[in-house]
Amino acid sequence: MPETITTAVSKFYNEYMTSTSKKLKCIDAYLLYVMLTGIIQFLYFCLVGSFPFNSFLSGFISCIGSFVLAVCLRLQVNPQNKSEFLGIGPERAFADFIFAHIILHLVVINFIG
Amino acid sequence: MVVTRAAPERKVPNWLQRMSVEKQDMILKISILTICCILSFSTRLFSVLRFESVIHEFDPYFNYRTTRFLVEEGFYNFHNWFDDRAWYPLGRIIGGTIYPGLMITSAIFYHLMHFIHFTIDIRNVCVFLAPLFSSLTALVTYVLTKELKDAAAGLVAAAMISIVPGYISRSVAGSYDNEGIAIFCMLLTYAWWIKSVKTGSLFWAIMCSLAYFYMVSSWGGYVFLINLIPLHVLVLMATGRFSHRVYVAYSTVYCLGTLLSMQISFVGFMPIQTSEHMAALGVFGLCQIHAFIDYVRSKLTREQFSLLFRAVILVASIASLALGGIAMASGKIAPWTGRFYSLLDPSYAKNNIPIIASVSEHQPTTWSSFYFDLQMLVFMFPAGLYFCFKKLTDANIFIILYGVTSIYFAGVMVRLMLVLAPVMCILSAIAVSSTLNTHMKNLDVSRQDKKAKKTDINYPFKNEVATTVVVLVTLFLVTYTFHCTWVTSEAYSSPSIVLSARGGDGSRIIFDDFREAYYWLRQNTPEDAKVMSWWDYGYQITAMANRTILVDNNTWNNTHISRVGQAMSSTEDKAYEIMRELDVNYVLVIFGGLTGYSSDDINKFLWMVRIGGSTDRGAHIKETDYFTPQGEFRIDKDGSSTMLNCLMYKMCYYRFGSVYTEQGKPTGYDRVRNAEIGNKDFELDVLEEAYTTEHWLVRIYKVKDLDNRGRTR
Repeated sequence: MPETITTAVSKFYNEYMTSTSKKLKCIDAYLLYVMLTGIIQFLYFCLVGSFPFNSFLSGFISCIGSFVLAVCLRLQVNPQNKSEFLGIGPERAFADFIFAHIILHLVVINFIG
Repeated sequence: MVVTRAAPERKVPNWLQRMSVEKQDMILKISILTICCILSFSTRLFSVLRFESVIHEFDPYFNYRTTRFLVEEGFYNFHNWFDDRAWYPLGRIIGGTIYPGLMITSAIFYHLMHFIHFTIDIRNVCVFLAPLFSSLTALVTYVLTKELKDAAAGLVAAAMISIVPGYISRSVAGSYDNEGIAIFCMLLTYAWWIKSVKTGSLFWAIMCSLAYFYMVSSWGGYVFLINLIPLHVLVLMATGRFSHRVYVAYSTVYCLGTLLSMQISFVGFMPIQTSEHMAALGVFGLCQIHAFIDYVRSKLTREQFSLLFRAVILVASIASLALGGIAMASGKIAPWTGRFYSLLDPSYAKNNIPIIASVSEHQPTTWSSFYFDLQMLVFMFPAGLYFCFKKLTDANIFIILYGVTSIYFAGVMVRLMLVLAPVMCILSAIAVSSTLNTHMKNLDVSRQDKKAKKTDINYPFKNEVATTVVVLVTLFLVTYTFHCTWVTSEAYSSPSIVLSARGGDGSRIIFDDFREAYYWLRQNTPEDAKVMSWWDYGYQITAMANRTILVDNNTWNNTHISRVGQAMSSTEDKAYEIMRELDVNYVLVIFGGLTGYSSDDINKFLWMVRIGGSTDRGAHIKETDYFTPQGEFRIDKDGSSTMLNCLMYKMCYYRFGSVYTEQGKPTGYDRVRNAEIGNKDFELDVLEEAYTTEHWLVRIYKVKDLDNRGRTR
């Protein structure tokens, strides 16, 4: 039977709901939140402008950075990827995540002006 | 010097025997690395031993001056420093137009030393910083090569890079320049990048971006780095090696690295606005898409996925094309800079921008200088590439890309030899170490049971072949060592601020004319005097004579330099107008005709003419006017009259017509051009000679005032 995009999407949604663990869903919710924040900032940039350019940049890059770091965390704690990240347990992954955030936001605060 | 993995020792000393094999291995590694560090430090000290602890060349004088300022005035004043001594009358905002990494590094060293009551002079910190960092580079090379291959190759690489002339040329004691620490930062970034790709750990990715930040703060060459790493990721994607580890490494490095690099005020918003950095951004986006697609694919069947994939790709490509087009058209993304163009197209600078082409280190590299700077590494390099291809890993792909791109760039521009030298060492070390590893095993060291062993039929003369190979490689390494030491002592250890020559009886003659002249300026001219010279000497004059200058080695304003070029290449009357306009008090020229110093102002004069004629106001200055009808550049009787009457000619050869320079030759015989000068008896109308140094290397003229009635004479 011919597949349509809607069925593919709904299949994907069902698959996601059943097979993803609660921990990962938690991270995904955070990812969604960060993404929405980024989109709001981008809309602001499109509608109002980017006058203090460094402030806009630091806000926007802070969003992108947080997003990317959370994706990294998600990849590292996902049990399916265990073979790829040898020697990185969930605790280590979370500690790295915190460390990265400290560096990232120190720079962001310096840059925001 | 030759460091290879030692075959198992038969007789070990007692104290060594008591240790386990791992400990012996460790102690051997540490001692070899220590020797490498000491070697790389001490081989760079030739110039200090021969001359004295001085800063070399041109740019280092500027760095030295700014470092002194930073140490004396503190960071905030340094950051906000507006320099009114250079580029008169424009001035220059130093804090915002330099890479501060070098100055801050030496200031930290200085304060650290003083904190532990080791009262070292700031000049000595500056002189010895480059050798110190080259020792650290040897260590980092070891780490990097160890990640790529193994510890044995790492040790060979460390030994090789400690004496490779291509790197020494920029890091001898006294050559206090950005490149000295930048190579260390670059290799550190690479080492941590490889490490983060191999482990997929966030921690190493963060360390990599911090190392990248240090690199950005110290050298403009970071652009190479921010293009090489995305290229690596791109190739990994194309070869189907893209994994979650690469995603973690690259996304983190790009995000943090870009944000960190924007903290350097000279770099500013460039990482998101100029085309040089766009490749990195594009690969970052690609990375996200690739990771997302991988994720979706893992959740769906093949048909569903391909359907979804096609729909998404159509929308995404249209959107990104439109966005890129809008950004490019509206000027959000700046086009590539001239220096970058000249990298991609070697003839670009020669045809379009004389100011870039005139710098000798921007010339294309000759074949001989490849051999001169790298010796046997040139031949070992392909072998190393072969060994890397044979066992392809994510890390090996990186070093292959690094090697191939940097060999291209080194061919385009002489000074990028510096970027090539480390990768040459690493790849050659891999080749040497692999060869030795293969053949060392075949080496039959135990003589007594030789008869007991049956000779291998498939491999006759096994022992003999192995011996020959090992001896040959050792021989190569020994000649490499001799070559490197010889090159360092002969070619790269002259400070160029103090010249030396061999006298008739073989003794050494020192020409210290430059410092003599700068000291004269410092002592005998008013504090606010403005000195005009060609831009090469700008940094030295501000640093040593402490006088205001018009143009210097930071060639940021082409029209201003062009104006000086016009003054130099005009007749006296025209030049006087320009000099009054620029408010010049003194003019300084370098003249080598008496001593035979060939890089003097007359030999650079054609560039002054070209640069002078490259702007609107100098359109009347044409290069062809300065040649003879046959198209030669001559200063004797056959020279063109424009040449024989221009200001530069007159300043260089004033009073020279009555001097005997060489036996059996007439007066006024120029020893550089090997010709008797064409215009001997002339007087200067608008200038008067103020000072000429002992060997006439530097001549200083004072610009006369207008006379009472406002006319020039």
